[in-house]
Amino acid sequence: MPIKILKQLILVGMVLIVGVGHSASADQSQANQLIDTLAAQLKDRKTLPSAIDEIAASDASQKRVWLESLLNGRLYQRKSDQKMVLVEKSGSNFLLISAADGSSLGEVGKREVSKIKINNSLRAKLRGAISAMSIQDPDPQARLAAIEQMMQSLGEPEIAAINQQLEIESDDKVKSLLALANQIHALDHGSSEEKQDAIESIGLNTRDDVVQRLQVLALSEDDTVLAEKASTALDKILQRISLFEKIETLFFGLSLGSVLAMAAIGLAITFGVMGVINMAHGEMIMLGAYSTWFIQQAFPGIIEYSLIVALPFAFAVTFMVGVLIEYLVIRHLYGRPLETLLATFGISLILQQAVRTGISSQNVPVSNPAWLSGQWMIDPALSIAVNRMVIFLFCIFVFVALTWLLRKTFFGLKVRAVSQNRQMARAMGAKSSRIDSMTFGLGAGIAGVAGVALSQLTNVGPNMGQSYIVDSFMVVVFGGVGNLWGTLLAGLSLGVANKLLEPWVGAVLAKIAVLVFIIFFIQRYPRGLFPQRGRAAGD
Amino acid sequence: MMSLLRGDRGGQVVLSILLAATIVLPLLNLTLPELHPLHVSTYQLNLFGKYLCYALLAMSVDLVWGYMGFLTLGHGAFFGLGGYAMGMYLMRQVGDRGVYGNAELPDFMVFLDWQELPWFWWGFDHFPVALIAIFLVPGLLAFLFGWFAFRSRVNGVYLSIISQAMTYALMLTFFRNEFGFGGNNGLTDFKDILGFSINAQGTRVGLFIASSLAVIASYLLCRAIVKSRAGRVVVAIRDEENRARFLGYRVESYQLFVLVVSAMIAGVAGALYVPQVGIINPGEFSPLNSIEIVIWVAIGGRATLYGAVVGALLISFSKSWFTAVFPEYWIFALGALFVLSTLYLPYGVAGFKRNRVTV
Amino acid sequence: MSNETLLYMDSVSVSFDGFKAINDLDFYVAEGELRCVIGPNGAGKTTMMDIITGKTRPDTGSVTFAQDIDLLKLSEPEVAQIGIGRKFQKPTVFEALSVFENLELAAAGDRSPMATLRFGLNADQRGRVDEVAYIIGLSDRLNDAAQVLSHGQKQWLEIGMLLMQKPRLLLIDEPVAGMTHQEMDKTGQLLSDLAGEHTVVVVEHDMDFVRSLNSRVTVLHQGRVLAEGDMRSVQNNREVVKVYLGE
Repeated sequence: MPIKILKQLILVGMVLIVGVGHSASADQSQANQLIDTLAAQLKDRKTLPSAIDEIAASDASQKRVWLESLLNGRLYQRKSDQKMVLVEKSGSNFLLISAADGSSLGEVGKREVSKIKINNSLRAKLRGAISAMSIQDPDPQARLAAIEQMMQSLGEPEIAAINQQLEIESDDKVKSLLALANQIHALDHGSSEEKQDAIESIGLNTRDDVVQRLQVLALSEDDTVLAEKASTALDKILQRISLFEKIETLFFGLSLGSVLAMAAIGLAITFGVMGVINMAHGEMIMLGAYSTWFIQQAFPGIIEYSLIVALPFAFAVTFMVGVLIEYLVIRHLYGRPLETLLATFGISLILQQAVRTGISSQNVPVSNPAWLSGQWMIDPALSIAVNRMVIFLFCIFVFVALTWLLRKTFFGLKVRAVSQNRQMARAMGAKSSRIDSMTFGLGAGIAGVAGVALSQLTNVGPNMGQSYIVDSFMVVVFGGVGNLWGTLLAGLSLGVANKLLEPWVGAVLAKIAVLVFIIFFIQRYPRGLFPQRGRAAGD
Repeated sequence: MMSLLRGDRGGQVVLSILLAATIVLPLLNLTLPELHPLHVSTYQLNLFGKYLCYALLAMSVDLVWGYMGFLTLGHGAFFGLGGYAMGMYLMRQVGDRGVYGNAELPDFMVFLDWQELPWFWWGFDHFPVALIAIFLVPGLLAFLFGWFAFRSRVNGVYLSIISQAMTYALMLTFFRNEFGFGGNNGLTDFKDILGFSINAQGTRVGLFIASSLAVIASYLLCRAIVKSRAGRVVVAIRDEENRARFLGYRVESYQLFVLVVSAMIAGVAGALYVPQVGIINPGEFSPLNSIEIVIWVAIGGRATLYGAVVGALLISFSKSWFTAVFPEYWIFALGALFVLSTLYLPYGVAGFKRNRVTV
Repeated sequence: MSNETLLYMDSVSVSFDGFKAINDLDFYVAEGELRCVIGPNGAGKTTMMDIITGKTRPDTGSVTFAQDIDLLKLSEPEVAQIGIGRKFQKPTVFEALSVFENLELAAAGDRSPMATLRFGLNADQRGRVDEVAYIIGLSDRLNDAAQVLSHGQKQWLEIGMLLMQKPRLLLIDEPVAGMTHQEMDKTGQLLSDLAGEHTVVVVEHDMDFVRSLNSRVTVLHQGRVLAEGDMRSVQNNREVVKVYLGE
């Protein structure tokens, strides 16, 4: 049974490292016997709490292991001699280790030991006691976690430990959290003056536990000065929280807006230059998202870098699909924008169904790399999802890159020439069919890139592109056709408007409201926010 | 009536066949025994009836697209509204025979714990009220839409996409439970229509005849419009909007008029459709449905009216055949239809010999 | 022929994105006059027509028709209905309709949908169609689709449509662009015949054609009137020569 032996060894090793490792003095070994002397108290529900206190206060080197084992339900009593043991499950039997000295006691049946049972309030107490010990952990992050743990129930022993640590603490973050714990304790138990001082030194802290206590104090009627102070402080904090909420809404809006803008930009290019609506645009986004999935499936070892690989891959795939569509269909329908709309709609149906039959009609899983997950916490009341932030920045990057492409390169010059006057550009030697083909490919490629970004936010499935066509077109038209930055601004402002409305009317109604608004807007200003005015614009 | 069809060979043929079918098919259904080779089952008759509603809908789209040049991607909205108006009447006819046995409220309202009937359901116990709503509600939406769109001279792809957004917004709205139209599930479990059991053979036959007559009547109405001087103004607007305007025509009045008539026809189509399929739900508003109508018209041939009828019937029958034989490939076929018909069949099946239509 | 002013534009200006297309323009046309407007590209000729017909609204200035009608308050169809007809630069006729139908739609009368839905043409209007078809030389083409007409015939059909409207003022934009010499002569004759009964303003590039019309000429440049008078005096105007020949 090598595994059983291994387990036993590990357990013994653990006990040895923590306990036996650094002292073998008579005092210490006596202290290590403590658990056995307390056996009777531990067994009794009524005396169990005080026994825990006694262990925590002792200087036994193994006390942390005991408490943790008790918390995890691994502390038992051997029935034969009342000795306290730590157990490790081994099949239907238990491996026993002496709690006192960490020596192995062999394997026994379940019935030969009885568990020390604890309830929820004891669990809290145990956690507190363990945290008080870990407050001295050399790792500042562990210290912070320990302090947070203690702040859930601050009693005299915790405060003593905190004050002790405060004097020797060198890390600023830990120090300020310790100070906060102290102040919160003062809010709970201090004199009126101490409470007032605490309120002042806490200042503008938006933590829930601070707010809760201030709310209680603000309602205490017997000490009006204190209540006054608490309520002023509370007001300021609540103001700050509501400010943060607004910032958060704004950010959510910008995040949604950047998605809208990115989805729309490809459409803006093709519509602006060629005057055609590509109804298969949403499917280009879908193909981009599936490219991410494909890369992750093909190279499961590089999930962390999968997006970096997927970006050019998705661009290449959708670019080629775009060029192909242009060559096979769009090119034959020039001057007939409505027919183009119908034909590209047919293409979108075909692409969707191809994915359904070729891959699956279900959504496919796309994983998020670790560097994109998690929150960036700015304040207890304000944290920002890293992936949304990155996608927002990526969106800006895409716009800058496109602006550069269209303004500063020869290709961009030709694209602008064709979009302004097809005949003239052709006369000047720009091969308009070539430009159209490239432009359409570019629009599709950008949509593919947007698909990679979207795969990090939404479900990836055959239908995911459908909903984007109306939204994207709205953004393009709202911003004014042929105006890249108008598209960005329109996307961002529609995103923000959506998120601002959401708390009032719910997500679906907010979407409807925005949709209706744009319908009216287009009818009032058919040329968008930034129209190209002039005699020719109307014709 | 015959003067309306003068010079309209396709129309004459299509209407004659329809008229014959209206008389013969019900007879084959009612008089022949079930095992007779010429027997038409009630199921088949019901299917034809359904497709005739599509034909009616296609005709309404042809009127605005073929003759007026507005590629509507939102006619499903008018169809759906007509359908809901009929569905509300049918829902009220259920009375206390619902699952909850509540005579005052439809089942879904009881389920949502509503205490009283919302105001917009008032009066739908009475068929005349529902009938008025079938015309008025789609007509009103069309009027509002057209009022804003045409007056500000929104046209081309802009107009098309806005019409799609309109039906999309309606779909989202009708999906909501609190909106009072049964949310996701829509309205269903109907029992009676005008006192007849909705599943009875006789009722089905009646609905088929009604659908067929509605197609014929609407055809004549549309024909009367496009044959009139007003019809020529509409075509003039389609081809040279500015010229028409500088000749002194209020372009938007004509556009508004045609759109409202078309929306009402679509509403009637929806109202006849709902009792034949037994359900109306927000799916009818989905943009895909609306754009499918357009392809019926494109395949059949624009600006011919009868082409729309033929196209709708043709594609609906192929669809039911396809989905029975190769269910996976129907969408491919539909997608290919969109592409190929725009590339190679710009005037549709009806348009092989004509080339006067320029859109 | 009365010498009363029919059209009166007073210090009209309009700009697009900062570009002054029309700059403080004063322009009068007397009743029954035939007037030619010439000027280099971008001089504001088409924009001037857009303003008169209600397509473009000026930033400042006033436009009055027949002494007391403020044109700036009217929409395009209203402008058409009070008697101003406009022919576009590109021939715009309804290609899908026949010549007869084209003229029929232009016939003066109630233009509301309810009227056109119920009534065809009355005998008077039918007579007028024949008359106009004769004037523009298309009497034997009445049942042909407009799209099969030649370029010149389309131009005449469009002029014919204006005549059907019985307008007091005809605005005609480049009527002879793309015409053969023969067609040009015929058009010149047509326009000269129309003047008198109607007031005609012709915008044209072709100097020979303008000379053949033998009418008063207005030269526009940079959105304002540079010179006005008969062809000879205008041609000898130093400013005009400078603009046309460059410095």
